[in-house]
Amino acid sequence: MTPTTDKPRLSRAHSLELLKQMIRIRRFEDKCAELYTQEKIRGFLHLYDGEEAVAVGVIPVLEPRDRIVATYREHGHALVRGVPMTTALAEMYGKQEGCSRGRGGSMHLFDRSTNFYGGNAIVGGGLPLSVGLALADRMRGEDTVTACFFGEGAVAEGEFHESLNLAALWGLPVLFVCENNLYAMGTALAISESETDIQRKAACYRIASEAVDGMDVVAVEAAARRAVHAVRESGKPYFLECRTYRLRPHSMFDAQLYRDKAEVDAWRHKEPIVRFKGWLEANHMIHPDDLARMEAEVDAEVAEAVAFAERGTWEPVEQLTRFTYSDQAA
Amino acid sequence: MTAPSKTVELSYRDAMREAIRDAMRRDNTVFLMGEDVGRYGGCYAVSKGLLAEFGPERIRDTPLSESGFTGAGIGAAMAGMRPIVELMTVNFSLLALDQILNTAATVRHMSGNQFSAPLVIRMATGAGRQLAAQHSHSLEGWYAHIPGIKVLAPGTLEDARGMLWTALQDPDPVLIFENVMLYNMTGKLAADAGAVDIDKAAVRRDGRDVSLITYGGSLWKTLEAATALAAENIDAEVIDLRSLRPLDDATIMRSVAKTRRAVIIDEGWRSGSLSAEICTRIIEQAFWELDAPVGRVCSEEVPIPYSRHLEMAAIPQVPRIIAAAKAALGRA
Repeated sequence: MTPTTDKPRLSRAHSLELLKQMIRIRRFEDKCAELYTQEKIRGFLHLYDGEEAVAVGVIPVLEPRDRIVATYREHGHALVRGVPMTTALAEMYGKQEGCSRGRGGSMHLFDRSTNFYGGNAIVGGGLPLSVGLALADRMRGEDTVTACFFGEGAVAEGEFHESLNLAALWGLPVLFVCENNLYAMGTALAISESETDIQRKAACYRIASEAVDGMDVVAVEAAARRAVHAVRESGKPYFLECRTYRLRPHSMFDAQLYRDKAEVDAWRHKEPIVRFKGWLEANHMIHPDDLARMEAEVDAEVAEAVAFAERGTWEPVEQLTRFTYSDQAA
Repeated sequence: MTAPSKTVELSYRDAMREAIRDAMRRDNTVFLMGEDVGRYGGCYAVSKGLLAEFGPERIRDTPLSESGFTGAGIGAAMAGMRPIVELMTVNFSLLALDQILNTAATVRHMSGNQFSAPLVIRMATGAGRQLAAQHSHSLEGWYAHIPGIKVLAPGTLEDARGMLWTALQDPDPVLIFENVMLYNMTGKLAADAGAVDIDKAAVRRDGRDVSLITYGGSLWKTLEAATALAAENIDAEVIDLRSLRPLDDATIMRSVAKTRRAVIIDEGWRSGSLSAEICTRIIEQAFWELDAPVGRVCSEEVPIPYSRHLEMAAIPQVPRIIAAAKAALGRA
């Protein structure tokens, strides 16, 4: 990679890939919602509908050696990072073929081979972890970047303050990606934060920061290139706030009493897939055939994932306590 | 005749320091991190002098961010380092409990064995220094409740010197509880003392009349009680648990099968405690061996008070241990 790569390369092929990744997440999660109503998927299910441009804009900018720490709303991050859709869905079914052997579920997708350090269901809990991953890299002199995704709700946690301070104080290569979707479950940003301009908080820790329209995949990617480049070159943290919106309920149990339907509808007009597709059409960068082919490929991938998860097997109950400790332990 | 092995006179604090120094020399992925471990030399002076030897990268002073730096230790361990995180006292560890329980203890299982957090977390525990109700509790029994971590309580110089290296080699997170009243304890230790096992209880005194089961700071009080009991023709066996999770049931049951009587001495509170767990296991596994109800000497159920006489009355003391042992033998 050369420094010039912090400019987005909006070739037709690259643009179509960005669009396809967003459609992949959307269609996968539409299927997840359907499977949830069929009780194939249980527990909590948090969908990323409306926020796809963030994961799709940021994650492909990272190198394979880089590390990712995500939240409980992490299906999109896992898919874009390269966790197979098959094992991700099998995990949500609770099957032992799942990417976490069925021990984690929707909120805890892990994948060592892609340095995917998991969905974390403690809000803010991934922040100190990312500091430690980056500390290890720094102590070994490696130029690895750790990208830590979290919502604006995590900003209210003490660990947000502790982690930003530690990362800046010790000069650690963490890319903090705040996915600001305006609601911590049902609590609006304005009634949980005294300063609602989240990216300004980074300045208190002397961390370079930027806020970007998180519904615009091209803008997110451009910002991510600047951010990853800055972290890799300086070895210091960077704070990227992506302003986005969750179009679906917080989880499948959410009656959405806390926001107006009109507000959701207004955001729906800005949603990243329709918007980017429209832009590509206006600029003659996509043919209807492209879209049809893309959707067919995604639908086939989703169908294969469902078949894989359905075929999956239940871990024998005799193995229940396995992996509480290392097998080499007594 | 072979010459007796060379011994050195040192304190429990010195033994802990030697253990850290040894680990740092043997493995450059090991580093120590915590509040005041560097320039100050450690709240209890355990790490005094180590900054000069290893530098600020590996003897890392942290801000007062227990959750942040404990979580950072967990992350560094997940990325291949071997951190030793020092939490100043067990009471402060509660600020890091989320990271210890929700990440360190869960990540191996929750990730289907893909990730683990092989770090060591050390902290001071226990009462006796008039530090009152926010610095003096014994919460190691709480931690022993948690699957996914191991919990150690070195009560001797050998264990203070030897447990850390074994804990650092362990593929899972290990918590080490150092009773504050032991730091100044001095004695002789083999100059070449090294790693010890971390999963077996030890019989510190052989006896046939009653099993006194204890660990950490209460070990020496219990041994003193056993000496006093011997003067009254009561031959007490003293078991030092050493590891609170996992518990070495075999050693406990072997002892109880021999003496047929057991008293548990634990500086933790009685209700819902480690002593309750041990008592239950004895009843589950050795009920028919028992000649008397299992006795317990625990802390009184109060926040540890400041005033010296009240603090001393709140935690297990030799006379209460003697009385409980006699009660188990039906001797008033």
